[in-house]
Amino acid sequence: MNKIWWKILGSVLVLYTAIAGLLLGVPHLAILNETIRNLYFHVPMWFAMLTLFSISVFYSIKYLLYGKESDDIRAIESVNVGIIFSILGLVTGAVWAKFTWGQFWSFDVKQNFTAVAILLYFAYLVLRNAIDEEQKRAKISAIYNIFAFPMMVVLIMVLPRLSDSLHPGNGGNPGFNSYDLDSRMRAVLYPAFIGWSIIGYWIYTIRFRIRTLENKQNL
Amino acid sequence: MKKIIFALMLLLSSVQLFAQSNDVEMADALRSNGKIYVVVICIVIILLGLLVYLFSLDKRLKKIEKKSSDKN
Repeated sequence: MNKIWWKILGSVLVLYTAIAGLLLGVPHLAILNETIRNLYFHVPMWFAMLTLFSISVFYSIKYLLYGKESDDIRAIESVNVGIIFSILGLVTGAVWAKFTWGQFWSFDVKQNFTAVAILLYFAYLVLRNAIDEEQKRAKISAIYNIFAFPMMVVLIMVLPRLSDSLHPGNGGNPGFNSYDLDSRMRAVLYPAFIGWSIIGYWIYTIRFRIRTLENKQNL
Repeated sequence: MKKIIFALMLLLSSVQLFAQSNDVEMADALRSNGKIYVVVICIVIILLGLLVYLFSLDKRLKKIEKKSSDKN
């Protein structure tokens, strides 16, 4: 995957969402007003995080199957980048909430559970640093990662939908369909999902390459 | 007596109207123009976060470059 075309594709998609997201028409809603455009920037952060954590779990399984060291490095580096995106998602969400729900943190179900999910992945990093022996560390953290991933999906996607939440699409309604996500918004949101995922993947490959070089030097 | 009270009430209600027409200065710059500046803040946060991250990556790469140039 050292070709350049997908990097250009990601850049073009993100650029497109920045321009179209600010200029194209959006539904007129009370309270939300123009902040509905935040949907194009806040939600793709979470999608990029999900993509990166999925990559991580893929390589954790691969590590347990074949025991290659590079798979372990891939797993940890994609979690590292995924956490950056989750923090960006959390902060942009808090700012958005301040001006629509009234508080930075209103202890909404989804807010609380995403914070817990991020803590799950912080625990993954702490676990890795706590074990000195390399193969043991790789194996234990791979197993932890495989368990943390479905927990994270349940915390972020399932549990908030079972109870009342300030987030749209909760309380039994799937996704944004119940909300005013019309076709104009889909035309920006879906490219944003793909674009930010590609950018996240790109940063992850850079981190992976740096880490491989570091390991080579320390030998 | 009734007339005086009535006049007073009218006067008070006019005071209220006066207070309403008076512009109270509030920190609502971010809520002006359909709250578009909230979107601006969010975009700036994302860009700042990614740029800071890029700088930290750059620092790490510099360390590696230094080390490899020492070896040669």
